[in-house]
Amino acid sequence: MLDNLQLLFVWAPIINIQIILEGIFVGAVFALSAYGLALVWGVMNIKNLAQGDFVIMGGYLALALSSASVPLPFIVLIVTSVMFVFGWCVYVVMIKRIIDQDMFVSLLATFGLSLLLQQVMNLIFGPEVQTIDMQLPVYDAFDNMVTIPSSKIISLVMAGIIAVCVVLFMKKSRTGQAIRATAQDARAARVLGIDTDRVYAFTFAFNAALCGAAGVLVSIIWVIQPFYGITYSVRTFAIVTAAGLGNLPAVIGAGFGIGLFEKYTGMILGTAYEVAAPVSILLLVLIWRQISMKRNRQVVQ
Amino acid sequence: MIRSNNFFIYGALGLLGIFGPIVFPDYTLTIAYLWMMVLMASTWDILGGQMGYNSLGNILFFGIGMYISAIVQVSIFYEGGVWEYTSAMGSIKPEFTNSEYFIGLGLGIICAGIVALLLSIVFSSFMFGLRGPYFAIGSLGLAIAAAEITITIDYVGGASGISMPLFPGDIEFRSTFFYILCFIMATAAHFLLRWLYSTQFGLAINAIRDDEDKAEAMGIPTLVYKRIGWGIAAFFMGCIGAVAGNMAGFIDKEVAYPIPTFGIFMVAMVLLGGKGTLWGPVLGAIIFHIIKETTWTYLLNLQWVALGLILIINIVYFQQGIMGWLQDKFPERFGVVVDTETLQSDQKSGEVS
Repeated sequence: MLDNLQLLFVWAPIINIQIILEGIFVGAVFALSAYGLALVWGVMNIKNLAQGDFVIMGGYLALALSSASVPLPFIVLIVTSVMFVFGWCVYVVMIKRIIDQDMFVSLLATFGLSLLLQQVMNLIFGPEVQTIDMQLPVYDAFDNMVTIPSSKIISLVMAGIIAVCVVLFMKKSRTGQAIRATAQDARAARVLGIDTDRVYAFTFAFNAALCGAAGVLVSIIWVIQPFYGITYSVRTFAIVTAAGLGNLPAVIGAGFGIGLFEKYTGMILGTAYEVAAPVSILLLVLIWRQISMKRNRQVVQ
Repeated sequence: MIRSNNFFIYGALGLLGIFGPIVFPDYTLTIAYLWMMVLMASTWDILGGQMGYNSLGNILFFGIGMYISAIVQVSIFYEGGVWEYTSAMGSIKPEFTNSEYFIGLGLGIICAGIVALLLSIVFSSFMFGLRGPYFAIGSLGLAIAAAEITITIDYVGGASGISMPLFPGDIEFRSTFFYILCFIMATAAHFLLRWLYSTQFGLAINAIRDDEDKAEAMGIPTLVYKRIGWGIAAFFMGCIGAVAGNMAGFIDKEVAYPIPTFGIFMVAMVLLGGKGTLWGPVLGAIIFHIIKETTWTYLLNLQWVALGLILIINIVYFQQGIMGWLQDKFPERFGVVVDTETLQSDQKSGEVS
């Protein structure tokens, strides 16, 4: 661990650039799916534990399309639209019935969905680790100390474009306004003639589409495997909890933060801790929230 | 509860418990797992059903118990110590005599329970400020973090796991022995809970479930009750974890922290049976186990798909569970008196509240 610290800050500070870049690439993907989760959580009070599995599902769809040699922009379009339809179906079959229930019910039901998706993907695509090989050049910088695969740059740009589109959509479009109105006060929105049921369905489907887009990026820059979903779910939960509900720009910031934190932990403590890092962030945030709440709370004990 | 039928239910379960492995000797371990799941579901229901704190991380104590018992069993009678044992990756097979093995196992189970209990007290100091879904997510995070941290500890074998001491005796004696352990533990937990729910403790935790702030305002020391509740669950989970580790013979992260399987099964079983009742978890566990074993046998490769479907259907469409459904259907059997006259007069005047 000390060796790693020395390597980072004394011998080769250039490596920091590599880690920061990696963290940004990672964070961009997290931010997309976390934005979807924050939307669903805030608008319809559903905690979607199948979030990560939506991501992986998007990745597998992209994999299947790319093996049919479909160009990348079309892959993104097709995957998001397929995931949108899928999300709508899931809403009609499942989410519609648990929307008024206790929040724990939504956690468990979506966990069941996550199990189901994992296993179906496992049956269809097999348990091997897979990736899309775009065969794009890899650039070196700073005397080969920093390597930047161009696929990662492409995915970062794509994530940026998608994020800008989403933010503009939420701000400007009629549907986006309806979603925000429903999040603020569902009953008032209904009184004013917004079909909240449709808004809920759209929000959930929109979330699935965002996850699908994130999945395309994941399958380009890393590997996908049917059972990797749960780690993405935990990360998105950590991000949304850390950012706080109803604070959508902060979600994107927290996404990059977690990405960086994870990469630095992996570098300093060893890659074995990389998965534990976001989980411990989640726990720390929850504990910190609680300590700050305790000041306002007088307990009989 | 169903007082008049109690005798028959206990009789039937007792008969299954005692004669099950004699009549179906091939299924001894399967029925042992049934009792294990009954215990998991019952102890989950202390928090989840009776107290309203839905934990997704109770499986944490299962894994901790497994590892603690492994350490205790190896370190007591093996001179080389745990370090040497685990770094040999299972190539060392220490020869324990019968008495050494059983003393080690007994101590291991007790230590596992006690360590799990102590850890639950430590965790409860920061976990119980979380309410509702945050408690569920936080406890799930705790379990995942524990699993990830365990594989980085080389002392207990790291990612490559640790193999438990060999059982002295033939396979049939082994399965019968572990079967009896599981059965005794499930029975002990059931009767302890049955007694506890009839005391002030039961009333207090129900009060916490119904309205924690009001319960606090009434002077109930909520944190103490929450700690006791989680502590009992942790103790039993630790003990059964120790037994399960020895039944499996080899433990690693997947065996010790089965978050997607047992961790969720216990919640699903309680929901299937009906949460917040004494018999719901038992009933749910039995039905769930039967479904699970049948799908395992007849739907190879599709068993997980089937389980996910069962979970979704159960939670989305059949939420009150079997006991809840029975209570709605036959309220008089549960000691709820339905006053039909008032009900009808209420309906006439249109004041059904």
